[in-house]
Amino acid sequence: MTQQFYVSPEQLMKDRADFARKGIARGRSVIVVSCEDGIALVAENPSPSLHKIGEIYDKIAFAAVGKYNEFESLRQAGVRYADVRGYSYDREDVTARGLASVYAQSLGAVFTAEQKPFEVELAVAEVGASQDLDHLYRLTFDGSIADERNFIAMGGQADKVSGAIEGGWQRDLSFAAAIRLAVKGLVTDNEAPDLPAKALEVAVLDRSSESNRGTRRAFRRLSDQDVVELLAEES
Amino acid sequence: MQETTANKVAAHATSSFTEHLQRDRPELLPQYAPFTAGTSTGQPLAVPHATTIVAMTYAGGIVMAGDRRATMGNIIASRHIEKVFPADQYSVLGIAGTAGIAIDLTRLFQVELEHYEKIEGTLLSLDGKANRLGAMIRGNLPMALQGLAVVPLFAGFDTAAGAGRLFSYDVTGGRYEEQEHHAVGSGSMFARGALKKLWRPNLPEDEAISVAVESLYDAADDDSATGGPDPVRQLWPVVYAVNRAGARRVSERDLAATAGNIIESRAAARREA
Repeated sequence: MTQQFYVSPEQLMKDRADFARKGIARGRSVIVVSCEDGIALVAENPSPSLHKIGEIYDKIAFAAVGKYNEFESLRQAGVRYADVRGYSYDREDVTARGLASVYAQSLGAVFTAEQKPFEVELAVAEVGASQDLDHLYRLTFDGSIADERNFIAMGGQADKVSGAIEGGWQRDLSFAAAIRLAVKGLVTDNEAPDLPAKALEVAVLDRSSESNRGTRRAFRRLSDQDVVELLAEES
Repeated sequence: MQETTANKVAAHATSSFTEHLQRDRPELLPQYAPFTAGTSTGQPLAVPHATTIVAMTYAGGIVMAGDRRATMGNIIASRHIEKVFPADQYSVLGIAGTAGIAIDLTRLFQVELEHYEKIEGTLLSLDGKANRLGAMIRGNLPMALQGLAVVPLFAGFDTAAGAGRLFSYDVTGGRYEEQEHHAVGSGSMFARGALKKLWRPNLPEDEAISVAVESLYDAADDDSATGGPDPVRQLWPVVYAVNRAGARRVSERDLAATAGNIIESRAAARREA
């Protein structure tokens, strides 16, 4: 019979947390910024098809850092949760709060019960009719959930990036300004002084999608072309 | 062990909302099981029926229009019902038949398309959408045999081919691509007759909308279950135009003008039939 060594729960949790943190720290950062026009989501991502940012529902978007297969399965589960809820009740009844708490429970369950914790950090963003009604939730690998104001920075150098964004954030930023600010933040995490549009993944949750585009689905992915134009506006 | 886990994951990976519901929440799906005892009176259930839908191609896309009436036997069940819906950004769906089942089916179809788009990150092809709708209609066959049939008309802009396309269905889910124009529902015979005379290739959008409204006018003239334009209540048909830019609902104001012109010209002609 193999001998089971005693490991204290504190040690076990600490080891798991360290393991997850290490995995997340390897990844590039993702930034979610609430601004006047809505919510901008910006990620450093060289792949045009393996997304870190996704649409969950009419007003809700998802952003993640960490292991692709893990956060992709969480994104799909989120889409299923939201669609089932919206189909069985009403579209209005799907909220970021509900989704975030489901994510928190799943992450928490995986953290304590599975062989290894998920090496991911998630942001769930919901755009409201006004800036005060925006919701940004940050979810970490152990199932902790935090209700953030104004912006979220996640990933390897989150503290550094966060500092850069905090300095430039204002209430009345337009999408263009918010995206430029996020890119400025991402650059601090990078050795290279500049990020080309090709290396960026950018999406927005449009606060007034009904009047601007005639759809209640606020999520819109920006093409490389759009991003180049937005970044060029600066000069 | 590895093998079975991989298989399980693969088997669970679905982009279809209906499939997901069948597996995890079957109680949420419309129940298609046929009734057994207690309903063998031979009489179809007295439930609202949706009537005439017309659709046609025009230069750059397709137009679909539906009247606003639902009937229950000889009673008008609703004057306001809407029977043409956007299925997604590039397609629209019109329904004739049992209104309750059709609206349920439309809702499921809309979520199905959106769900696929979100999971896969790309839109389903127009043929894919048309086939999916066919499968849903086939699922309703037991109900159709009890007299609760749903017959949709599906149209959309095929972004790959760069053209508007039109599909009709039968109750068994058979899918037929239609050329030029088509109509379904109780007034479809009259609408189709009107379309044959009014439609021509490469109509501009505003004329296509006018042709759609006029063919519904003719259907309403001869079919009691189809509602014509109602200037008293300011009720006009629901009309959608789909082109390269996507699906767009034609505004009430445009429809009021279009319907007004048709009524005026008919009144001026002073013809009896």
